[in-house]
Amino acid sequence: MVEPKQKKVEVSNLRLSYGKKEVIHGISFDIRQSEIFAIIGPAQSAKTSLLKCINRTLDFVPGAKVSGVIKVDGQDVSKMKNVYELRRKIGMVAPLPVGLPLSIYDNVAFAPRAAGMRNKRALDALVERCLTQAALWDEVKDRLDSLGTKLSGGQQQRLTIARALSHSPEVLCLDEFSIAIDPVTTMRIEEVLKQLREKITIILVTNLVQQARRLADRTMFLWNGEIVEMGTNDVMFSEHPQNRQTYEYVNGIFG
Amino acid sequence: MGAVFAETALTRRKRLTERLAQGILGLMALSLVVPLVTIVAYLFVQAWPLLSWDFLTSNPIDGMRHGGIWSAFLGTMYLVTASLCVSAPIGVLAAVYLNEYAEDNWLTRMINLAVVNLAGVPSIVHALFGLGAFVLFAGIGRSIIAASLTLAIMTLPVIIASTKESLASVPRSFREACWNVGATRWQTIRRIVLPNSVSGILTGVILQVSRTAGETAPIMFTGAVFFKKIPEGDIFAYSLTDQCMALSMHLYTVTTQVTNAPHALPYAIAVALLGTVLVVNALSIGTRVYLRSRKKW
Repeated sequence: MVEPKQKKVEVSNLRLSYGKKEVIHGISFDIRQSEIFAIIGPAQSAKTSLLKCINRTLDFVPGAKVSGVIKVDGQDVSKMKNVYELRRKIGMVAPLPVGLPLSIYDNVAFAPRAAGMRNKRALDALVERCLTQAALWDEVKDRLDSLGTKLSGGQQQRLTIARALSHSPEVLCLDEFSIAIDPVTTMRIEEVLKQLREKITIILVTNLVQQARRLADRTMFLWNGEIVEMGTNDVMFSEHPQNRQTYEYVNGIFG
Repeated sequence: MGAVFAETALTRRKRLTERLAQGILGLMALSLVVPLVTIVAYLFVQAWPLLSWDFLTSNPIDGMRHGGIWSAFLGTMYLVTASLCVSAPIGVLAAVYLNEYAEDNWLTRMINLAVVNLAGVPSIVHALFGLGAFVLFAGIGRSIIAASLTLAIMTLPVIIASTKESLASVPRSFREACWNVGATRWQTIRRIVLPNSVSGILTGVILQVSRTAGETAPIMFTGAVFFKKIPEGDIFAYSLTDQCMALSMHLYTVTTQVTNAPHALPYAIAVALLGTVLVVNALSIGTRVYLRSRKKW
C-alpha cells in the first residue's frame, strides 16, 4: 500500500460548463505528492478539460465556466494572481506533439527565457538536462540548431516533454502522450516517467488502460464528467473493483 | 487477374469527366492572364515614343502637353508613403488585438462588423469623409497630410482583414504550448505568432500600395491639384502641408481636360503608374518568397 503522503492537488466539487452544456458534474479527488495518478475514460469524458482547469489555461477558452475549488499546494488556483508561476509549476504535455517553430535548443529554452533566465551557461546545462531526461539528448545533441518542427513525431513528443520539464515543474500532466508515437518510444518514455516519479507528481491521462495499469499508483475512471471509481491500482485492476462498470471498461467489455 | 483493372463503361466515363473538368477549370485560370497581358502590351506600344528617363524626372510643361511627370510621380510617392505610415501600424496592431486578445463579446463583434463594412465603402464616400473630417473639421486644409489620412482610412480595413488572416494561420497548438509553459500572451505573440505570420502581414500591407497609388477620388478633394511646379530631381520638393500632384489625378486631367496633348502622353502616364505598382508588387512577392523560405513548420 501507498503510505499517506502530502496532498499536492486537491479538487473539490469541480463543475465545468461550456456555454450551457455542463461537462464536469461536480467531482472531488486528491492527488498526492510523488505519485503517478492515472485518469482513464472514453473520449468526451472531459479529461483534457480537467487538466486545463488545473493549470488555468481554461482562461483562454471563451465561454468556459468553472465552479468548485482546485488547490495546488494548498493554494486556490482561481485566486492566484501569478498564474504564470502556477503554469510553470505544472508541466503539460499535449496529445499531439507540438514542436514550436524554433530550434531544438530554443524549444527547450523557451520557458526559462520567458521566466527571465538569461545566463547562457545555465541555459546550456538546463537544455542538456531536460533533453537527457526526455531520452532525446543522444539523438539531437549534434544538431541543437535545427528546427524542432523538422523532427519525427516521436522525437517531437519527447521534445515536448523536455519543454514541459524545462521549467522544473512539481506536477507533470501527460495528456495521452502516446497516441502519436510508436510503442518503442512509448516504452522509453514510460521508463523516464518511472524515474521522474521520485521527484515529481505525475498525472497521466490515457486511453490505454494497460498503460495506467503499468505505471500508476492510483487510477481514476472518469466517464461523462463524473467519477465512476477511483482507487489504488490493485483494486481498480482486480477482478472485483467496487463498480461493475470499472471492471467492464478495464477489461474491454464496456459497451 | 487482369480483369480487376480492366476499364468498364463507368470508369471510362469517370476518366473523361475528370479530364473535361480539369480542362475547363484550367482554361478559365488561363483566361485571367489574357487581359493583363493585352493591357500591358497595348499601353507599352502606345506609350513607346515618350518613354525615357527624362519623362520621369522632368516637370510637365506647356499646359501639361509636353515635358514629363516628375511632380506627379513624386506626389504619388509622398501620398503612398505617408498613408502607409499611418494605416500599417494602426491596422497591424489593431488586428493583433482583435485576433489575439479580444474576447468574443458584443463590442468585438461590433468592431469586426465595422471593419468589414468599412472595407465595402466606395472610395468617393471616403473622399467626402476626408474632406469633411480632415480638411474642414480638423482644419488641416487641402494638403498631403489630409489626402494621406483619407487614403489611410480607406486601406485600414483591408490591412486589418489581411493581417488577421495571417495571424489566424499560425496554429492554435503553438499558442497553447507557450501558455502551458507559463508564457504571457505578449511573449507568445512576440516570440511565436508574429515571426511566423510576418510574411503574410507584409504582403497584405504592400498590396495596399497599388490601391493607394491608383485611387483618384479620395485625393481629389483633399490634397491633389491639377498642376504644380516643383524643383526637378529634388525628392524633398514637397512638404507635408503642401498640396501635390499625383499620377492617377494627372492621368485623369490629361485625358479629360487637356486638349491637343500628344497621343502617347496618357499612355505614358499610365505606364508610369502601372510600372510603379508592378515594381512594388514584385518587391512584395520577393519578400514573401524570402520569408516563406524561412517558414518553420
